[in-house]
Amino acid sequence: MISEKATTPKLVVKDLNFFYGNDRALKDVNLSIPEKMVTAFIGPSGCGKSTLLRTFNRMYELYPKQKATGEILLDGQNLLEKRQDLNTLRAKIGMVFQKPTPFPMSIYDNITFGVKLYENLNQHDMSERVEWALKKAALWNEVKDKLKQSGTGLSGGQQQRLCIARAIAVKPEVLLLDEPTSALDPISTAHIERLVDELKKEFTIVIVTHNMQQAARISDFTAYMYLGELIEFGDTSAVFTNPKRKETEDYITGRFG
Amino acid sequence: MPTFLRYARLKLQNWPDILFRSITRLSAFSVLVLLLAIIVSLVIGSMPAIKAFGFGFLSSTEWDPVTDQFGALVPIVGTLVTSGIALLIAVPVSFGIALFLTELSPRWLRRPLGIAVELLAGIPSIIYGMWGLFVFAPLFGEHIEPWINDNIGVIPVIGPFFSGPPMGIGVLTAGIILAIMVIPFIASVMRDVFEVVPALLKESAYGLGATTWEVMWNVVLPYTKIGVVGGIMLGLGRALGETMAVTFVIGNAHSLNASLLMPGNSISSALANEFNEAVGELYTSALIELGLILFFITFVVLTIARFMLYKLSKREGKVT
Amino acid sequence: MLTLYARRRLINWLSLGISVLAMAFGLFWLGWILFTLLQHGIPGLSVAVFTQITPPPGSAGGLVNAIAGSLMMTALGTLIGTPIGILAGTYLAEFGQRGWLAPVTRFINDVLLSAPSIIIGLFVYTVYVIKVKHFSGWAGAFALAILVIPIVIRTTENMLRLVPNSLREAAAALGAPQWKIISSVTLRAARAGILTGVMLAIARISGETAPLLFTSLNNQFWSSNMNQPMANLPVVIFQFAMSPYVDWQELAWAGALLITFSVLTLNIMARVLFRQQASSH
Repeated sequence: MISEKATTPKLVVKDLNFFYGNDRALKDVNLSIPEKMVTAFIGPSGCGKSTLLRTFNRMYELYPKQKATGEILLDGQNLLEKRQDLNTLRAKIGMVFQKPTPFPMSIYDNITFGVKLYENLNQHDMSERVEWALKKAALWNEVKDKLKQSGTGLSGGQQQRLCIARAIAVKPEVLLLDEPTSALDPISTAHIERLVDELKKEFTIVIVTHNMQQAARISDFTAYMYLGELIEFGDTSAVFTNPKRKETEDYITGRFG
Repeated sequence: MPTFLRYARLKLQNWPDILFRSITRLSAFSVLVLLLAIIVSLVIGSMPAIKAFGFGFLSSTEWDPVTDQFGALVPIVGTLVTSGIALLIAVPVSFGIALFLTELSPRWLRRPLGIAVELLAGIPSIIYGMWGLFVFAPLFGEHIEPWINDNIGVIPVIGPFFSGPPMGIGVLTAGIILAIMVIPFIASVMRDVFEVVPALLKESAYGLGATTWEVMWNVVLPYTKIGVVGGIMLGLGRALGETMAVTFVIGNAHSLNASLLMPGNSISSALANEFNEAVGELYTSALIELGLILFFITFVVLTIARFMLYKLSKREGKVT
Repeated sequence: MLTLYARRRLINWLSLGISVLAMAFGLFWLGWILFTLLQHGIPGLSVAVFTQITPPPGSAGGLVNAIAGSLMMTALGTLIGTPIGILAGTYLAEFGQRGWLAPVTRFINDVLLSAPSIIIGLFVYTVYVIKVKHFSGWAGAFALAILVIPIVIRTTENMLRLVPNSLREAAAALGAPQWKIISSVTLRAARAGILTGVMLAIARISGETAPLLFTSLNNQFWSSNMNQPMANLPVVIFQFAMSPYVDWQELAWAGALLITFSVLTLNIMARVLFRQQASSH
């Protein structure tokens, strides 16, 4: 895991294995995700990149028969431990999904939903927080006059930015993006990509994408996964221009996948 | 805000979760309790009659409140015969309706016709009963039953079932009204069941040059037969327990007749007519035992129906 | 002698023709019944129907006590049954992935859904009416509530299952506890569908006669006391229609028209609402 950039690790994954029932979906994954950088997971579908992402906030615990073994250290603390409080963990690690998921409530309430779980803000502070989050997500100008309208009435790209605003309103430390642009048109995609570049100043970002150009454009580090294994991980420009493994090269050059 | 305060609320959030889960769980559990309570209360209520008559209750045709002699055979037969007549009429008609709605109807007509069928299912049963008593029965007694007497009543073997005074009300009329009531139920289940057939399967049969009817009869029906039978059983469950539509037109006579044109009785109509007037513990208890028998019969029928529909949906899951 | 092809075509046309006839047959009854209702019901409808109580035979009167009683018992039955139904349906959809309770409940509920309603009346009679020794509006409301529960459970579960999982995940990813996810996100997303189920349940119970016969019975007079026998439209219709008095029968027709059209209106409204819900997903 050599890299020329000076980084501190935010998340360190050690010997991570993941099981869907008896199927092993992740095989001895080891990597460390640097703080305030964008790390991209790429690979063909079914390679385990989304599974890996979903272990970071233990999303798999919603489902029976899924389990992870090994360690994931967040600032040195193993978050897979039983005594790790899930809600605290998810307050620190936010997530945005493939398809926009606005809740069936107003734009304003969408943003405050998460904030209210952790903080008792008065109305003024809350309004400020909403504005802050919407501005960070580059949505404020479009929705500032219709905060009371339903979040489901926005366009797809706007909905996705609303979801990003909702996630960062809680002030997490890490932001997980699971193919955030796969359901969006090119213009909205460009919007989100610019946003990611902006957000990495404050948050550690991990993004799963099936789009290699996107990974190359926006990420600092790239992990290539195949069949549940981490094949290669390193500086994005190094992975794309000078892959060390034959499999990575085949995938990147489009000979496979 | 200091960190420890910021996360302080979280610790508390565990007990609301447990509470919420427990409340929903308790509500789900109450459904089981309800079923058990129904069975237990009916069994306790029928105890005096069970003790007095034993299994003889099921085979006796006697029903005499004066001498306190009760037997369930007449209403049981009435319930089964009216439901049987209803299914004989309703199954082919429902199949035709479902076929029309899934394969034949122009697309724009499908929705309104489907709604019309479902509205027919929504009409309260007392309306069917009233309509049966005031409109259908007189016409039936005046025009159809004499014809049945003259033409079917003279045929050997089945004749006796179809000869009798043309009064309009009776077992046959009750069966027909029940049929009209269950047609929409069976038709909409059949339509839903036919719609699970993968389009590819139908298309490949059409691709071989099969006619609509051949696709229906040789592809769709075999594929869905469990579900179709499940839907029929669901309709049967409905017919067996139906009260008001039957009570109005069956005639309420505690006698066993071969003729379907004669008045008879069903379990539910006996209950509706006599329960409030029943005097004495044994009379009431005999009626409650009738209810228990009805519950048992419908429970078995509905269990089979649900089991079959469940099997179909499981297989559908495997195919797609 | 027909060729094979001609025979196949003939069978096809015959069977399709019969199918069209079957459809016409089904619609024919709907049309006839509605026509009869209008024909006999409209002459009976008058202001008195809504202002006067049920009369003794031979004198004029209305149905206002029966209408009020039906409204009260239907409302109470819905109010009692709906929360239990929604909570139990929530359990089946949200917590029902493991354990024995959910599958068993689902099955029992499906059976109760089509169980004969007269049995429910008998049940409430044996556990409640006998104990308090008189018929009452409460008993009627309980019986109706028992009919509401399975319908609401079924629709609540189905509607919650339509809510995409990504919505639950998104709320969980914010660290929301389960009760919060369910109460303010998933139930909210499914609310139109659940409301549809409640409306269908109301439609179903407002026409039910059999369960009220042994529970609320009837009351010739105006009464808003839930502890007394209570008049209600279905039972009044039953008694009046079965009576030999012409003016009673006329009132029965008017009541039948009222009930049918409110039930059908509720059904249609529920469907419109459901379509909106379905198209929002």
